[in-house]
Amino acid sequence: MVTNREDFVIAIRSAFLKKDNKQRFSLIGLIFFSIALIILSKINLPAINYLKGSLNEIVYRSSFIVSIPEKKIQESIKIINEHYLVYEDYRATKKKLKDLQLQSKKYEIEFIIQENLRLKKLIDEYVYNSEELIAKVLIDKKSPFLRSIIVNKGTKDKIELGMAVLDGSYLVGKIVETNYSTSRVLLISDLNSKIPVAIEPGNIQSILSGTGKSDGKIQYSQNEGIIEKISIVYTSGSGGLFKSGIPIGKINKFAAEDENFVKYFSNLSQLTFVKLVSFKKENN
Amino acid sequence: MSLKSRKIILNKLLIYFPILILFISVFSEFDFNYLNYKYFSFNFPFILIFYLSLKRVEFLGYGYIFIAGLFNDTVLGFPIGISSLTYLIICGFAAYLKNITLRPNLFKDGVYFLVTILVANSVNYFLLVLFFSIESNYYELSGNIFFSFLMYYIFAYILDFYYKLAFRKK
Repeated sequence: MVTNREDFVIAIRSAFLKKDNKQRFSLIGLIFFSIALIILSKINLPAINYLKGSLNEIVYRSSFIVSIPEKKIQESIKIINEHYLVYEDYRATKKKLKDLQLQSKKYEIEFIIQENLRLKKLIDEYVYNSEELIAKVLIDKKSPFLRSIIVNKGTKDKIELGMAVLDGSYLVGKIVETNYSTSRVLLISDLNSKIPVAIEPGNIQSILSGTGKSDGKIQYSQNEGIIEKISIVYTSGSGGLFKSGIPIGKINKFAAEDENFVKYFSNLSQLTFVKLVSFKKENN
Repeated sequence: MSLKSRKIILNKLLIYFPILILFISVFSEFDFNYLNYKYFSFNFPFILIFYLSLKRVEFLGYGYIFIAGLFNDTVLGFPIGISSLTYLIICGFAAYLKNITLRPNLFKDGVYFLVTILVANSVNYFLLVLFFSIESNYYELSGNIFFSFLMYYIFAYILDFYYKLAFRKK
C-alpha cells in the first residue's frame, strides 16, 4: 500500500515538476500562472485588460486569415449543394425574397400604426436619431459556449458598447466588446442575451432570451397565455439601448405547448455584412 | 542551399508541423460545425494536446500549449487563462499516464482521454458558470466531449501514421 502511494507520488511529481530538454517551463508553474491570470481577469486588473486588448488585435486578424481555407471549404460545400438544387432554390428564393420584403414592410407598418395610436395620447413625445455603419463579419464561430461574431469596425470608427447590430432591418445582436479596429457582437441567440421586447398585437412587454440554438424564448411575461400564434416580436425600447419597433422574429408556438419560442427573421449563421446602429434620443 | 541544411529545415518543419496545426485549429476553431449536425462538434486541440503529451512529449513545449490557450480564449471571447488551464490539465493527465504505463494500448489511452476531457471540461464549465457567470449549453458540451472521445481514435491513428512516415529512420 505504501509502495503504491509512493509510486503515485513519484508519477505525479514527475508529470508536473519534471522538465524535459525541450521544455523551458514546468507544467505546475504554467498551471499556477494560468490560475493567477484567471484571478486577475476576475478582478479586472488594468494590466490584464491591456494584455487582452493587444491579444484581441493580433488574434482577430490572424484568425480571419487562418480561417480563409476553412471558409473556402465551407463555400465549396455550399456551392456543390446549391448546384444540385439550383432551379428549385432559385424559384423558392425569389418567392421568399418577395414575401420577406412585403412581410418586413407589413410588420413595420403594423407596428407603426399601433405605436402611433398609443403615442397620440402622450404629450412629450420624442424621436430617435440613428447613425449607421456597415461592417464585415470577420469571425463567425459557433462555440458550445458563446454565440458571437467579430466585425471589422472598432473604436477608431466610433463604435461603442451596446450599439445595435442589424441584418437588413432585423435585429441580430449588440456590441459587447470594442477594440481599436474590431468589435465583438453578442448574437441574440446567445444564452446570455436578454432583450426587452414588445409582442404585437397586444403590446405585451417581455424579455427575449437566447437559447444557444436557432430560436429564442419569451421569458418573464405576465401574459404568456394570451400570446397569439401569429404574433410578431419587436424591440420594446425599454432600457433606452435600442429604439422600439425593430423586428426580431415571430412567435413559434408549435415548438412547445407551454412555452413561447421565437423564430428569428434573420439567419444568424449566415451573416456576412451587418449594420451597426446607435440610437440617440432627440427632444422635440 | 546544401543538402544537409535542407534536411535540417525539413526535419524542423516535420517536428513543428503538429504544433502549427494546433495553432491553426485554435485560431479557426476547426470542428466541422458548418455541417450543421445537431450536437456534432469535437475539440481538436484537446485531441492533439493529449496525443502529443502522451506519445511525442519530446516534440512538445508546454509554453506553446499555454500560448495556444490564450489565443483560444481570445477567439472564443472567454476570460483570459481559462483555456490555458484546461489544456495544461490535459497535459498533466497525459504525462501521468505516460509515467505509469508500461505497455501502451490505444483503447485504454482513449478511455483515459475521455476521463481527462471530462475533468478538464468540468473545470472549464465550473470556472465559466460559477466564477464568471457565463451561461453555457450543457448538452452541446456533453456532445462535444462524446465526439471528441470518438474522434481521438481516428486522429491518434492518423498521427501515428504521420510520425511513422515522417521519422521512420528514427
